[in-house]
Amino acid sequence: MSSNDLHGYKKTLSSPYSGVKGWIDSRLPLIRMMEAEYLKFPVPKSLNYFWSFGGIAMFCLIGLILSGIFLGMHYKPSAEDAFNSVERIMRDVQFGWLVRYLHMNLASFFFIAVYIHIFRALYFGSYKAPRELVFIFGMLMFLLMMGTAFLGYTLPWGQMSYWGATVITNLFSAIPVVGDAILLTLLGDFTVSDATVNRFYVLHWLLAFAIVGLVVFHVITLHMTGSNNPSGMEPQNWDETLSFHPYMTIKDTKAMVLFFIVVAFVLFFFPNIMGHSDNYIRANSMVTPAHIVPEWYFLPFYAILRAIPDKLGGVLAMFGSIAVLFILPWLDTSKVRSCLYRPIWRICVLLFALDFFILMYMGAKPASDIYVLISRIGTAYWFLFFLVLAPLVGYLETPRQPLTISNFLRDKKALT
Amino acid sequence: MRIFSLFILTILLNLNFAGAAGSKIDIPKYDWSWKGFFGTYDRSAAQRGLKVYKEVCSGCHSMNLIAYRNLADLGFSEQQIKAIASDSLVEDGPNEDGDMFEREAIPSDRFANPYPNDNAARAANNGAYPPDLSLIVKARPKGADYIHSLLLGYKDTPTDFKVPEGMWYNKYMEGHLIAMPAPLMDGAIEYDDGTEPTLEQLSSDVTTFLAWAAEPSLEHRKRLGIKVLLFLIALFILTYISKEKIWRDIKH
Repeated sequence: MSSNDLHGYKKTLSSPYSGVKGWIDSRLPLIRMMEAEYLKFPVPKSLNYFWSFGGIAMFCLIGLILSGIFLGMHYKPSAEDAFNSVERIMRDVQFGWLVRYLHMNLASFFFIAVYIHIFRALYFGSYKAPRELVFIFGMLMFLLMMGTAFLGYTLPWGQMSYWGATVITNLFSAIPVVGDAILLTLLGDFTVSDATVNRFYVLHWLLAFAIVGLVVFHVITLHMTGSNNPSGMEPQNWDETLSFHPYMTIKDTKAMVLFFIVVAFVLFFFPNIMGHSDNYIRANSMVTPAHIVPEWYFLPFYAILRAIPDKLGGVLAMFGSIAVLFILPWLDTSKVRSCLYRPIWRICVLLFALDFFILMYMGAKPASDIYVLISRIGTAYWFLFFLVLAPLVGYLETPRQPLTISNFLRDKKALT
Repeated sequence: MRIFSLFILTILLNLNFAGAAGSKIDIPKYDWSWKGFFGTYDRSAAQRGLKVYKEVCSGCHSMNLIAYRNLADLGFSEQQIKAIASDSLVEDGPNEDGDMFEREAIPSDRFANPYPNDNAARAANNGAYPPDLSLIVKARPKGADYIHSLLLGYKDTPTDFKVPEGMWYNKYMEGHLIAMPAPLMDGAIEYDDGTEPTLEQLSSDVTTFLAWAAEPSLEHRKRLGIKVLLFLIALFILTYISKEKIWRDIKH
């Protein structure tokens, strides 16, 4: 069978394999594809351990889906039964406590992995051409992840579940004209109620699988361009690359096992350290907790929300703080990717990471004067970073750049 | 690599801050038997704690997530559990005539509620609802340390502090006002095993019992955790060696 160009792309029925493998592969070229994309796929030699976090995040996602399936077999999505069904899982279901704590903690660790992954993209300029779509699909996943996590946090129907859901869904009422209609549709009632928990449960599943779908697009776009690397240069020849297997598979496995040692340590010895004790109190619409705090991974955005004195303004700032990430590939005007060769931008990015942590800290604090003031400065820097510094620094700074990855590796060796 | 470690360290530090919102009251730390990697619940303390709960707390506080059969965890025999259950009456039914009836509790029943419903509980307690104690240790920041402190916290009211009618001063309660009068005092109940029933002892025993009730899977969890960690560490050593071997000839 000869290859043809009938549809504008190369299609061939001949498989490099023979026998059953060849029969399947010539009809469904999955084996060929997996070999090309996961065994022989060339990646730059210079990748560091920051590059392991994509795979780690994917394993978190798989763990969340598996544990979620088993939780779903015992969980009852109703205001009446939700809280007790979770406790039933914790107490009466064989290894239920393990599955539940795994789901709960993996959600947090998924965010840790993804935040490191996003920081990697910012620091080494992985969002820049030609990887804009990789980045945008990533940001879409991040958005869906936040939605999924928020919906999931409502399900145990504790005090923080209930009041967190009340505060966050209420934000939608700030949207002019359609806000109240959106709120009503989302809640299925006029307050967070039985109807809410039921639909949140369905949406929690739906969004989780939507993320899986986006992973596919994230990976396809990544495999079109290949991985970025600390030098920010594209590989010039085969010598500057390694095959994905066995070099990256073993390196990522090592990183992953280390990551899951940390997960296991927290999961088995401090399973509630990232949660809030109020969520072990059953939801009660008559009692408002003293401080309503979202889960830690939302705190920076919560701080931005509270930094703006106007409700609609706060909501816009919060969504805007994520929206600016989507256009970052076009806001950043520099030709050079990696922060290692951009002295000014490097400081801006590190300050941005610091800003993220400061906002996280502020989000956990009560909304009193000094904390709100710091939150405002933090919010201001967030937008300054994207809207002013990204375009401006690209023009102003004089970057240095090695000519090739080989140069980069030689320089690195000379330094250490 | 430096950036990398710094970033991870900051994340871990920040997680710690994020959990700690708010209170200015210093809760003392106690040395509980279930702390640490190999911690287990002190069985005799928890058994005494059950007695404190039954004779004191259960007058007002329910524990409706706990079944009598769960007491097997604390080393009670089947006979003892049947005897403990039969001390309480629970509503059952409807029977063949369609009537509800009361019967002695059996091991599969959850702990009997002191009040028929929340409103009855409020009505009997000046409008304050005595919270269910099944999860109380996990439902309060500082957990067992807080519960123990609270039970010991009925100190003399400072002279400049006004305590309204129906409230009591407690050093460790948020706002220092609590609707529950001091539930325990020296010799409040008698222990079967001859332990001196001091306030301190009663309080730490009932706290141990409540800690078990909130997290009965703790011992299983920690035992399994040690095995999982050992396995992962062994696996890490293998992946570390494999990585070194595979990358040996790569100049990078």
